[in-house]
Amino acid sequence: MIHSLFLINCSGDIFLEKHWKSVVSQSVCDYFFEAQEKAADVENVPPVISTPHHYLISIYRDKLFFVSVIQTEVPPLFVIEFLHRVADTFQDYFGECSEAAIKDNVVIVYELLEEMLDNGFPLATESNILKELIKPPTILRSVVNSITGSSNVGDTLPTGQLSNIPWRRAGVKYTNNEAYFDVIEEIDAIIDKSGSTVFAEIQGVIDACIKLSGMPDLSLSFMNPRLLDDVSFHPCIRFKRWESERVLSFIPPDGNFRLISYRVSSQNLVAIPVYVKHNISFKENSSCGRFDITIGPKQNMGKTIEGITVTVHMPKVVLNMNLTATQGSYTFDPVTKVLTWDVGKITPQKLPSLKGLVNLQSGAPKPEENPSLNIQFKIQQLAISGLKVNRLDMYGEKYKPFKGVKYITKAGKFQVRT
Amino acid sequence: MSAAPAYSEDKGGSSSLGEPEYGHDPKGVLPGNGMIARGKNASDLFPAVVKNVACKNIEVKKLVYVYLVRYAEEQQDLALLSISTFQRGLKDPNQLIRASALRVLSSIRVPIIVPIMMLAIKEAASDMSPYVRKTAAHAIPKLYSLDSDQKDQLIEVIEKLLADKTTLVAGSVVMAFEEVCPERIDLIHKNYRKLCNLLIDVEEWGQVVIINMLTRYARTQFLSPNKNESLLEENPEKAFYGSEEDESKGSGPGPEEAAAPLAARRPYIMDPDHRLLLRNTKPLLQSRSAAVVMAVAQLYFHLAPKAEVGVIAKALVRLLRSHSEVQYVVLQNVATMSIKRRGMFEPYLKSFYIRSTDPTQIKILKLEVLTNLANETNIPTVLREFQTYIRSMDKDFVAATIQAIGRCATNIGRVRDTCLNGLVQLLSNRDELVVAESVVVIKKLLQMQPSQHGEIIKHLAKLTDNIQVPMARASILWLIGEYCEHVPRIAPDVLRKMAKSFTAEEDIVKLQVINLAAKLYLTNSKQTKLLTQYVLSLAKYDQNYDIRDRARFTRQLIVPSEQGGTLSRHAKKLFLAPKPAPVLESSFKDRDHFQLGSLSHLLNAKATGYQELPDWPEEAPDPSVRNVEVPEWTKCSNREKRKEKEKPFYSDSEGESGPTESADSGENGMTPHKSAPQYHGLLSSENMVLSPICPSSDQSEEEQKKVKRKKKAHERKETSESSEEEGSASDSSSSESESASESEEEEEEDQAEPDTWRRKTVRTRGCPIPSLSSSPPIGRHYELPLISPTVTPPSIQPVSPPRVVSNSLVTDLEGLTLTDSSLAPSLLSPVMGPGKRQELLHRVAGEGLAIEYVFSRQPFPGDPHMVSVCIHFSNSSDTPVKGLHVGVTHQQSGIRIQEFPEIESLAPGDSVTAIMGINFSDSTQAATFQLCTQTRQFYVSIQPPVGELMAPVFMSENEFKKEQAKLTGMSEITEKLTLPDTCSNDHIIVQRVTATANLGRIPCGAPDEYRFAGRTLTSGSLVLLTLDARVGAAAQLTVNSEKMVIGTMLVKDVIQALTQ
Repeated sequence: MIHSLFLINCSGDIFLEKHWKSVVSQSVCDYFFEAQEKAADVENVPPVISTPHHYLISIYRDKLFFVSVIQTEVPPLFVIEFLHRVADTFQDYFGECSEAAIKDNVVIVYELLEEMLDNGFPLATESNILKELIKPPTILRSVVNSITGSSNVGDTLPTGQLSNIPWRRAGVKYTNNEAYFDVIEEIDAIIDKSGSTVFAEIQGVIDACIKLSGMPDLSLSFMNPRLLDDVSFHPCIRFKRWESERVLSFIPPDGNFRLISYRVSSQNLVAIPVYVKHNISFKENSSCGRFDITIGPKQNMGKTIEGITVTVHMPKVVLNMNLTATQGSYTFDPVTKVLTWDVGKITPQKLPSLKGLVNLQSGAPKPEENPSLNIQFKIQQLAISGLKVNRLDMYGEKYKPFKGVKYITKAGKFQVRT
Repeated sequence: MSAAPAYSEDKGGSSSLGEPEYGHDPKGVLPGNGMIARGKNASDLFPAVVKNVACKNIEVKKLVYVYLVRYAEEQQDLALLSISTFQRGLKDPNQLIRASALRVLSSIRVPIIVPIMMLAIKEAASDMSPYVRKTAAHAIPKLYSLDSDQKDQLIEVIEKLLADKTTLVAGSVVMAFEEVCPERIDLIHKNYRKLCNLLIDVEEWGQVVIINMLTRYARTQFLSPNKNESLLEENPEKAFYGSEEDESKGSGPGPEEAAAPLAARRPYIMDPDHRLLLRNTKPLLQSRSAAVVMAVAQLYFHLAPKAEVGVIAKALVRLLRSHSEVQYVVLQNVATMSIKRRGMFEPYLKSFYIRSTDPTQIKILKLEVLTNLANETNIPTVLREFQTYIRSMDKDFVAATIQAIGRCATNIGRVRDTCLNGLVQLLSNRDELVVAESVVVIKKLLQMQPSQHGEIIKHLAKLTDNIQVPMARASILWLIGEYCEHVPRIAPDVLRKMAKSFTAEEDIVKLQVINLAAKLYLTNSKQTKLLTQYVLSLAKYDQNYDIRDRARFTRQLIVPSEQGGTLSRHAKKLFLAPKPAPVLESSFKDRDHFQLGSLSHLLNAKATGYQELPDWPEEAPDPSVRNVEVPEWTKCSNREKRKEKEKPFYSDSEGESGPTESADSGENGMTPHKSAPQYHGLLSSENMVLSPICPSSDQSEEEQKKVKRKKKAHERKETSESSEEEGSASDSSSSESESASESEEEEEEDQAEPDTWRRKTVRTRGCPIPSLSSSPPIGRHYELPLISPTVTPPSIQPVSPPRVVSNSLVTDLEGLTLTDSSLAPSLLSPVMGPGKRQELLHRVAGEGLAIEYVFSRQPFPGDPHMVSVCIHFSNSSDTPVKGLHVGVTHQQSGIRIQEFPEIESLAPGDSVTAIMGINFSDSTQAATFQLCTQTRQFYVSIQPPVGELMAPVFMSENEFKKEQAKLTGMSEITEKLTLPDTCSNDHIIVQRVTATANLGRIPCGAPDEYRFAGRTLTSGSLVLLTLDARVGAAAQLTVNSEKMVIGTMLVKDVIQALTQ
């Protein structure tokens, strides 16, 4: 299936390669570079490229290209999913998935890749198993290793691979047993010029951080499970139980993982927590324009909206912007033409606004479209859909765990058309 | 590889290369790997690195492996030095070490070691550990790519591994199957149901591979569920029949209907296996892995009845939240699907709305989907959305939007004018690309109804002054030329202008200028003759030979020469012939002939190794090929039974859909379950009569009576073998009347426990007939007609069974009558069913709670090593018994109990049945446990007769003999016996043996020889039983089994049963 993997940085250097079958020459990446050149934008590089003898399937993550070489028919999503899993694993191991981190840990990276694929077919991809095989690097451990000469490779056998629950490692022990759940909801919305909602939807995830000893069997129930319209599960969840009782019952992996992701049924009206008043105009035949936006709270359920950021991709003819913000600070990058306004919290008494002049390239025709505003915000202690966790029960272990649930609402792909 | 530590046990020579030397500073290894990672050649270091293979340090060892695998191909001789280390590892007692040794060994690409690899793979394929078997499956494609001559041998290994029952192996072996022998679809038959059932527990990567393979498999084995519909679509004139229901039922066999294919007349009934696949894959739509979701989606798209495909839309839309690469692939597939099944995605229209931050390639795909989804009702919203897109800064995207508007306009007649107007407005756009694209689209639209749009053409003509994009100019010129009659005044003027700028134009524009000139010359030669000649002369000296050619050609055609050319007379027809309007269609049309989700589909070209998705067969191949005889009864009956069993406890969603669902789940569904209880009365009594004689001590007179009656019944049966079913039915009814006079208690049971009986009867119906290997194996279809045509009262037979089914019945019955008469009784062998109920707790001791148990001989769901024990509780007290459950159990070593779920409450007079599993670990020691109610606790114990510790196995006679030859000496126990007169009939012998021991009969050539085979449940060791009755009345019984104790006890029990 997956023949080889090349890691390529933004400037086009191949800084790591790994082959699972016979060796494929680096020159195969030339086809990729060609496509990259054609695409102009990194995001527009087609994920699947056909070359005379191979197929290249690539993903772009954290300023790196993961390019895999395929020789025969294979579902493209299979490869894409796997490559993302590799990137996730690096992230998990090194805290970031960057060129520097990979170069610093080249031996671990190699060991990981070796374990994850066998002859191009995925072998061990669960982070719990991998961590049992290859210990993630920590500063302390690297100091100890360099003194004692021991290594990162675990000296236990990967028994997890043999068990019925391959996602959990055996023999977990904690002094403090804790289980935390973060209910994170994101509002995806498109708001049109007049302020009415074209499209809005709530996408949620429940991320868990479970540090429990032994083999706990958890069941998590909701006050209003019917809200969840479309759910996808971590493999540990017992599907039957959900179908019949709407209870999430599972033996969790150890550590951080995504328990479920869900979509709230589109029939429900989505509360939009902020509104934007905007007035952006470019004058014909003069090299300036006006820019004026104000943000205010809408249905915010009595919570403070914080962490507001507005990002605007200005048209190419914009040379510079001369603005004043009543709150927060703004930056404009004249190269990428991106305006970022970091607003912070909204206080209803004094609505934050950003006003001023736009300098346009003289002589160029005025841009015909006003730029869309991308808005980010955060509301703590609120799940906008109203989803509430009812209780968490634990079976199979004697101790009493510490349990916690946190709710947070964020803007997802929240766009205001102007 | 990961298991490396245990290699350190290799002492011997390796210790000389011990830690101190390499541990801290593994010479060559680390720098070597660093170089590999950067793609540099590190092969010079090879000898130094390979030496480290026996090193103790795990990390070094791992790195050596990486290095070894990378360079072994180039330095084969040196690589061979390391082989012995791995060979030693293959024999290690630790499974993980065996696995990793095989993994590295098979990764070394050196042709010399092919035989060693082959041997290692074969050995590992029958390893006890599933993990090692998984590794063996992984090694198969490696060896195949190294030496494809090994294919035949590898297929054997694959076949063996396909039969594996663990989830760990399933994914990997199917992967190997796909790489080595995807064409050998016949290997899947026997494993099909198992794969379907295991699917949900296989890891994600395996799921994808299995689902894709099963899609292909199903396409070859089942009939199209949409056949009737597609027939309707093809012959719309038949629509007057009304609904498709009418059509499919064939209400009136009219003459035109007789011409229709056979299948159309028959009501379509989905093969239960087809249904099984659809049902078992559906939950996977909620997988977190996009690849799995996509795989299920394509399976549904290709295999499900039209009405059911809709479920995938939601899951696919969910994937659009994922990474942009995932979006890209999913949208490609959605685009293809939305052409075929537009309705499916319509509710999600808004999810495809485009954000300005989407990458262009995603935008264009979303646009494609939106266009496909547009219809009469939603077109206003879609167009409004398009209007916002047109003002985008991303020009490629705008161009695509304009194209999309054009397509909407062609597809939906109602909005054509609106679209055209919108596009005309775009002509005044400042951006040239937008204008150009609009012109091109307008040109296509105008071609559909040119007469009404003279104004637009005039408007376009004005644009020639400003617009510079060649494609657009060319389009305008073509339009003016084509419809010059509509704009008689403007056309010559345009030509004049173009003639002026001719030399500066692009090639495609020049060609169109020539075209325009020629057309005008033909229609309006007075005004344009000179202009045309001027243009043609200019063209004659053009640099481009195409244009020179065209000019020469046109001149000859339109200007009449002296020779009076026949061609020029027809020039007008040539140039001004009405041209068909272009069809604007999606580039995704017809892409669905590639399997969706595949690389080939994405590229719209066949990729290497792509397996075509076969068309549905006209006639379904024999469904019985999927029936499995070994070892836990048939999988199908198994499935059904399990469902039946579970029903009382967990109201499983699965339980709702029966195994024989028809596609139009209407009144003509067969619903065997509903009708089942009605004939229980009949069959259950038969069951009682035939119930085996248990060698237990408390055997009552009553039973012996039964035996006699049974004998009678069988004698009768033999006389009327052809009408066997009726015979047994009448037997049962007569015996029922007899048994009615028997003890009251029994009758009570009969009525009080329909559940148990039903279970028994179901099992009876679904049981495999092991001895029928020579005739076509009788599958699950057999169960329906077996009862319905003969036994079932007419009232519960709303529709006669479908022809497919009855056909198979006919063949099956034919098979029966044709085969040796000695085989016939074995048909009934499964009927004998479970042994007698034994008492676990008497109702006096239990204060009104009576408990009985019976060995149901069904595989215990969840653990194949357990004997499943059917426990029957009945409450004869006058207070309800609450909270009935198994309490503390103190077991002998090895015995494990799977408790039944707690029974909340048992009302007075009620009875309930539960199933529990006991792993006796191949001994006849009693399992003792505590049964608790809310108030009381009872200590009870179940002691299994030795015959219940095994399950039947099916094998051929030859296999039997082969196995028997292996189990001689100590493992063979022979005993002589004299068969009493009662055992003169071979049916009775078979029946008595199978009643005593849960063994399957093996077909056998000799008339007076009987062979039975089984495996013990816990250890899976074979138990072979041979009864040789050839020498008159002196018979000889032989049991071959590794488990001598079991063998001895079995001999004793069987002899007792036979000589009674």
